[in-house]
Amino acid sequence: MAADPGSLVNWSLLALSPPGWGGALLRGFVNSLQIAVGGYSLGLVLGIGGAFGKLYGGPILRDLMECYTTIVRAVPELVLILLLYYAGTDAINQLLTLVGFGSIDINGLVAGIFVIGVVQGAYSTEVLRGAIKAVPAGQIEAARAYGMSPTKVITRVTLPAMLPYAIPGLSNLWLIATKDTALLAVVGFSELTLVTRQAAGTTKSYLLFFLAAGVLYLALTLVSNVFIKMIERHARRGFVEQS
Amino acid sequence: MTDTTTHAMALTPEDLPKAGSFFKPHRIFLMLLFATLVFCVAWFMRWDWLPRYLPRLGSGILVSLAMLFSTAGLGFLLAVPLGLVQVTGPWPLKWAANWFCTIIRGTPLLLQLWLLYYGLGSLFPQFPAIRQSFLWPYLRESWPYGVAALTISFAAYEGEVMRGAFAGVPAGELEAGRAYGMSRWTLFRRIWLPRALHRALPTLNGETVLQLKSTPLVATITVVDLYAVISKVRQETFLTYEPLMLLALIYMGLTGLLVFAFKYFENRIPTRGA
Repeated sequence: MAADPGSLVNWSLLALSPPGWGGALLRGFVNSLQIAVGGYSLGLVLGIGGAFGKLYGGPILRDLMECYTTIVRAVPELVLILLLYYAGTDAINQLLTLVGFGSIDINGLVAGIFVIGVVQGAYSTEVLRGAIKAVPAGQIEAARAYGMSPTKVITRVTLPAMLPYAIPGLSNLWLIATKDTALLAVVGFSELTLVTRQAAGTTKSYLLFFLAAGVLYLALTLVSNVFIKMIERHARRGFVEQS
Repeated sequence: MTDTTTHAMALTPEDLPKAGSFFKPHRIFLMLLFATLVFCVAWFMRWDWLPRYLPRLGSGILVSLAMLFSTAGLGFLLAVPLGLVQVTGPWPLKWAANWFCTIIRGTPLLLQLWLLYYGLGSLFPQFPAIRQSFLWPYLRESWPYGVAALTISFAAYEGEVMRGAFAGVPAGELEAGRAYGMSRWTLFRRIWLPRALHRALPTLNGETVLQLKSTPLVATITVVDLYAVISKVRQETFLTYEPLMLLALIYMGLTGLLVFAFKYFENRIPTRGA
C-alpha cells in the first residue's frame, strides 16, 4: 500500500477514455441499471401472480406461495443469488442438453435479471398482497355484481384501486433492486460495484473510485425519488389526505 | 423505508405457523411430498464432508451471530440520537442527520463495506500516528471494518424508523409529562423513549432480521463467518449445491429462531385493548 496521498485526488483517473476508468464505470452503471429494471419488472410480474395466488388460489397453491415468500424472506439475498445463479444456469443447460441443443453460455445479464427478479418477486408478492387487501371489499363485490369476468375485475378494479396503497412499498422495492444489483459483484458479473473494485485495485486509488461509484448510486436514488414523488402524487389524486 | 416494506422483506412473528394449522389434509400431503424431497436430497447428494467441517461451521455461526448482535446493538444506540435530532434538533444537526440517513440508505451496503475496508484500510498505513497507536493491531484485522459498515447501515435505517416513532408519540402525552414538572431528560427517559420504542418495535424486529440477512457480506472482506466457512467448503470439496443448501437451511433456522424470540418478547409487553 505505497500509494502516495497525492493520488487520492488524481481526477484524470476518472476520464472517460481508456487511461481513465470513467467510461468503464459508466458501462458498469448501465449494466446495473439494466439488471435493476429487468429484475424489478420480472419481480412485479411474479409479485402480481404471487399476490393473486396467495389471496384467491386454492389451498395447495397458497401453501406453495407461502413457502416461496418465506424462504426468500428468511435467507440472505447473497446466498439466494449464488444458489439461483448456479441452479438457474445449470437447469437451463441440462434442459438444452436434454432437448439436444448442447450447453450454451448463459448471458450474465439474463442470469442477473432472473436472480434479482426471483428475489424481488417474493418481496412484491407481500407488498401487493397487503395493497390488494386494503382495497375496500365492496368495490370488488360491486364489480362482480356488474357481471365482470374475473380478469376484468382485476384489470378494471383491483389493480387500479390497489395502486395508491402499493406505490410506497413498490417504490422502496425499486430502490432496493438498484442496490441489490451490487450483490451480483460476488458472482463476477461486471456491474458498477465490481468494475469499481477492479478500477480501484488496478490504480490503487480506492477512495476515489468507491466514492465516485457511491455518487452514481446516490444520484440514481435521488433521481428515482423525484419520479416516485410524481407518481405518488398522480396515484393519490382524489384521496383524502390522512394523518 | 416504511414498516410495510420491512415486513415484505423480513419474516415477522405473524408468519410463524400455528400448531393446529398443520393437520389439514392437503398440508399432510404436501409435507409427505416435502419429506420425500428431503430424503432424496439426503440420500442422493454428497454429505460425507459434513462431519469434518462441523466445528468450523459452529464457530462460523458464532461469528455471524456476534456480528449481528454487536452491530444491531451499536447501531441502535446511534439510531436513537439520529432519530431524536431529526425531530427536535437545531437545523444544522437535523440537516446533517437527514443527509447521513439519505446517503447511507441510497448506496449499496457492499459498496460501503468495500469503501471502508479497501479505502480507509489503504489510507491508514500512510499515517505514522495511526500505525503507532494502540488501535493499530485492530485496524489491521478485517472485522472492525465489517462491524463499522454494518453498524452505520443499521443506524441509518433505524434512525429513519426512530424519527417516525419519536414524531408519532402523541403531543398530549409529552405535555402531560411537562405538566407534572418532569425535566426534559426525565420526560425523555420515562415517556418519549419508551412510547417511541413501543411503536417502533415491530419494525425494529424486522430490521434486525434484515441485518442478519446482511451479515454474510462481511465474508467478502475476509471475515470468517458462516458464509465464508461454506465458501471454503465449496473450494475444497468442489461441490456447488450441497454446501449452499445447507447454508440456506442454517440461515432459515437462525431467522426462525430470531423471529420466535421476538414473538415471545412482543407478547410479554402489555398492550391495551386488542
